[in-house]
Amino acid sequence: MYGFEAMTFNIHGGYLEAIVRGYRSGLLTAADYNNLCQCETLEDIKMHLTATEYGPFLQNEASPLHTTTIVEKCTLKLVDEYKHMMCQATEPLSTFLEYITYGHMIDNVVLIVTGTLHERDVQELLEKCHPLGMFESIATLAVAQNMRELYRLVLVDTPLAPYFSGYITSEDLDDMNIEIMRNTLYKAYLEDFYQFCKKLGGATSEIMCDLLAFEADRRAVNITINSIGTELTRDDRRKLYSNFGLLYPYGHEELAVCEDFDQVRAVLEKYPPYQSIYSKLSYGESQMLDKAFYEEEVKRLCLAFEQQFHYAVFFAYIRLREQEIRNLMWISECVAQNQKSRVHDSVVFIF
Amino acid sequence: MSGQGQRLTVVPTVTMLGVMKARLVGATRGHALLKKKSDALTAQFRQILKKIVSAKESMGDIMRASSFSLTEAKYAAGDNIKHVVLESVRSATVRVRSRQENVAGVKLPKFEHFTDSAAADSKSSTDLTGLSRGGQQVRACRAAHIKAIEVLVELASLQTSFLTLDEAIKTTNRRVNALENVVKPRIENTISYIKAELDELEREDFFRLKKIQGYKKKALEKQTQDAKNFAEEKQLEEISLQRGISVNAAHNLLVAGGGKDDDIIF
Repeated sequence: MYGFEAMTFNIHGGYLEAIVRGYRSGLLTAADYNNLCQCETLEDIKMHLTATEYGPFLQNEASPLHTTTIVEKCTLKLVDEYKHMMCQATEPLSTFLEYITYGHMIDNVVLIVTGTLHERDVQELLEKCHPLGMFESIATLAVAQNMRELYRLVLVDTPLAPYFSGYITSEDLDDMNIEIMRNTLYKAYLEDFYQFCKKLGGATSEIMCDLLAFEADRRAVNITINSIGTELTRDDRRKLYSNFGLLYPYGHEELAVCEDFDQVRAVLEKYPPYQSIYSKLSYGESQMLDKAFYEEEVKRLCLAFEQQFHYAVFFAYIRLREQEIRNLMWISECVAQNQKSRVHDSVVFIF
Repeated sequence: MSGQGQRLTVVPTVTMLGVMKARLVGATRGHALLKKKSDALTAQFRQILKKIVSAKESMGDIMRASSFSLTEAKYAAGDNIKHVVLESVRSATVRVRSRQENVAGVKLPKFEHFTDSAAADSKSSTDLTGLSRGGQQVRACRAAHIKAIEVLVELASLQTSFLTLDEAIKTTNRRVNALENVVKPRIENTISYIKAELDELEREDFFRLKKIQGYKKKALEKQTQDAKNFAEEKQLEEISLQRGISVNAAHNLLVAGGGKDDDIIF
């Protein structure tokens, strides 16, 4: 297959790939981050950002600027770009692009269901949803009182339906179930996305499967670490790991029985790609793990741009943008809270 | 002094003097007691002030740490984690209860926080928040904010007692000053007034007595004089009777001779 896709890829995907590569060059560089880290106030940050691609989105913001406003506007830009690409896309790229948003969609569904359980106003909840994960019937989620209704009335028409069908066993919705539901859905989503990418074949499949495997492994590690000391049983934990990735299946068995952070470390050190992550961390330190994973992810995502004629660039671009928004959030929070010394702790330079 | 020259409108009697003296004693004792209370309150006040200062200092750090931990949680778990956590709240875990503490007769409101066990039980489920990413940061964030709440509650308790105590000290001091500068001088003035008035009455009585005595004495003297005169006259009359001549007549003649006779023409 390799090489042949170069002949036909540009018929449908050429324009959009050009666009996404154009967007990619709009990502903030290390120099931009250095400038941003020097800022003293949020106004300075805004000034710096107006000189970048974010300019049009931040220009008309009134002066008492908040971190949330900055993050909101930056997200808006991402959504704008995504919508633009979505409009131009044809099959199978359009499906691929839709797949990217399913993660947010799951989050939104879970958020609305949680809010409904606690009798919050649906309109209020909708405002809090991530714009990338919106779908038409999302507002009607509030009518559902149990899983079966939720599925039958609303979700059956959404792309999430197949993921929910696997989870339909539980009748009652409560807090514990909801968090497990979120992760079960996410697991199903990742597996589905993985299968879809495999089906696409070629460079897309090669790169995307790698990226998704990393994502799955990271989730497995995070779930392990975060469930240490909670009521989550080993079997339940094991069930939340996605059934692919570098750690599957033997690593998962070992992770499932981990009881502290160092055991997780011992498991991961057997896998060469993750050794580099742990070599940066000292023993017993879990705080910096997120950053280490983010850095590794960014590295892998950047590599996706090295090849041409595949869809992984879209995925990589959206993810990089999200990381960039996280970076901006971190920087502006640090500046707003006068914690300049921490500003370099969590910023991941993209290029 | 404001109380100078003022006095209560009382009838200056000995009974009233007794009453006033009793009141003065009462006022003095009350003054001493209130003064003591004021001192105790001031000591407590200073102590609270010291505590407030240290609590405020620590609050700065703790609040900063807690709000930064929120940033960390947002970074690790995504911006939406805020809503996820907020929406899954059913009832408050940390609650505030207030009770009263008695310091030198002043009721100070005290707040203390406690963990609602029922809510804490259901909290264990939210422990899974951010299971796939950022769960630890969310937990750290909660711990930091609980700490911040503790400091805030403590500070609120201190501030409220501070205000109440301030008010109480002001009232007590006002009472002390009122007793010292108004009530006591007034009673003292009244007492001295009553004393002066009583003295004057006494003097008046004394004088009257003296005067009466003087009159009596004079009357007595006059009586004795009269009696004496009468006796002398009687004696003289007796003598003249013996001689056949009325002393009186001779006397009269002399007197008549000496006097002007209206029918004598010169």
